[in-house]
Amino acid sequence: MSELSVNHLLGIKYLKEEDIQLIFETADHFKEVINRPIKKVPSLRDITIANLFFENSTRTKLSFELAEKRLSADVINFSSSQSSVKKGETLIDTVNNILSMKVDMVVMRHPNPGAGVFLSKHVKASIINAGDGAHEHPTQALLDSYSIREKLGTVKGKKVVIVGDILHSRVALSNIFALQLQGAQVMVCGPKTLIPKYIDKLGVKVETNLRKALNWCDVANMLRVQNERMDISYFPSTREYTQQFGVNRELLDSLNKDITIMHPGPINRGVEITSDVADSKQAIILNQVENGVAIRMSVIYLLASKIKQ
Amino acid sequence: MSQKVLLNAKEVNIILHRLACQLIEKHNDFSNTVLIGLQPRGIFLADRLAQILTEDYKVKNIKLGHLDITFFRDDFRRSDKPLEANATKINFLVEDKNIVFIDDVLYTGRSIRAALTAIQSFGRPNEIELLTLIDRRFSRHLPIQPDYRGRQVDVINKEKVKVNWKEHDNEDSVYLIEK
Repeated sequence: MSELSVNHLLGIKYLKEEDIQLIFETADHFKEVINRPIKKVPSLRDITIANLFFENSTRTKLSFELAEKRLSADVINFSSSQSSVKKGETLIDTVNNILSMKVDMVVMRHPNPGAGVFLSKHVKASIINAGDGAHEHPTQALLDSYSIREKLGTVKGKKVVIVGDILHSRVALSNIFALQLQGAQVMVCGPKTLIPKYIDKLGVKVETNLRKALNWCDVANMLRVQNERMDISYFPSTREYTQQFGVNRELLDSLNKDITIMHPGPINRGVEITSDVADSKQAIILNQVENGVAIRMSVIYLLASKIKQ
Repeated sequence: MSQKVLLNAKEVNIILHRLACQLIEKHNDFSNTVLIGLQPRGIFLADRLAQILTEDYKVKNIKLGHLDITFFRDDFRRSDKPLEANATKINFLVEDKNIVFIDDVLYTGRSIRAALTAIQSFGRPNEIELLTLIDRRFSRHLPIQPDYRGRQVDVINKEKVKVNWKEHDNEDSVYLIEK
């Protein structure tokens, strides 16, 4: 396969396994490119990409922007806090105004689930979902799987536990889809209040005991506690959360195996994982960041190849 | 679709040895020279020349690399088929080196143009030369000519030159295929 089956990247659930493999193979080549003395290629010289961030983001935005610039695309940035959205403009109007400036591709983060799908039905540009509410964050899931593949050789047959705030996490849902599509087994682990009802219907195991979950898995993906999304108290205190669901050196040493630790960032050091774990060899957190640029270059490149002149 | 043999295995072998000798005449001990095969099909010719230089002419320490030019091509989004990337393997510095680009067929010159841009990502070479097995004269879109050529052929645009390699296609041969 040399072409994606989709024209937009709205979520992992719209992808086929072959799409993911193609994205990974292309990312391998881009990883080589970003380790050259000159890290830029001219492929997207005539493409304009708009980064529309209706919600705050640091690393995803930087990672996308870097990927776009390394492909030589023209980039325009938009953040809702400094825009006419504050004056009451609708999403379609905002985007149509931007598209009138002849934009070919839109990378959008939006607080509402389904915003990317909605947009893809109303505008002609290629849409990449950079996170829509608590729904999906496909490029994060792709880079997570890619990092597992890089560290363990394959994703197929591996056991991955996603720990923490599953309820508010778009990373969790996209990861579940991506890992299952590639033949991994997935477990979610966290306080019962932060695990969505009926999540077992997606074919994932559910565990509320972290030690049992770690004993089962090859990889632990530790999610951030999203205090900003919590309108009520889901657990008694951060201290209690850390005691029950935080990973520290003693806990890892007490397991009879080396598991790989991941975190999509930003880390609340000392809450989800302690500093000594985050900075240890078992953690591939910084590899995830590097792979993020290669994966995003790959996705942008493959989608751009479908925009015909 | 009809095809005609332009070169058979024996002729390919003679040409490869002649090209290897020409490289030795110019580059002597290859101490400041690197051979770079262009992906996807130039690498077979580059690997074969490096093998001949090492085994038959006892040249030591040949530096051989593979360069993929996919991301530097000017027909991205213009061709019907999507472009597939290949691996680049250049494990040495090209700064101040004499580079010999190696490709199987020189046609429009656009691949070589892309390769000239791509190699700049690895440093500033002292000099770049071009070696091709087949030079399709009269088809050039850009002012690019080979420094070493195996065979020059005159081909009309609806015909295609296909180079086969033992390692990949089970035989060494060059065909002229009428589409």
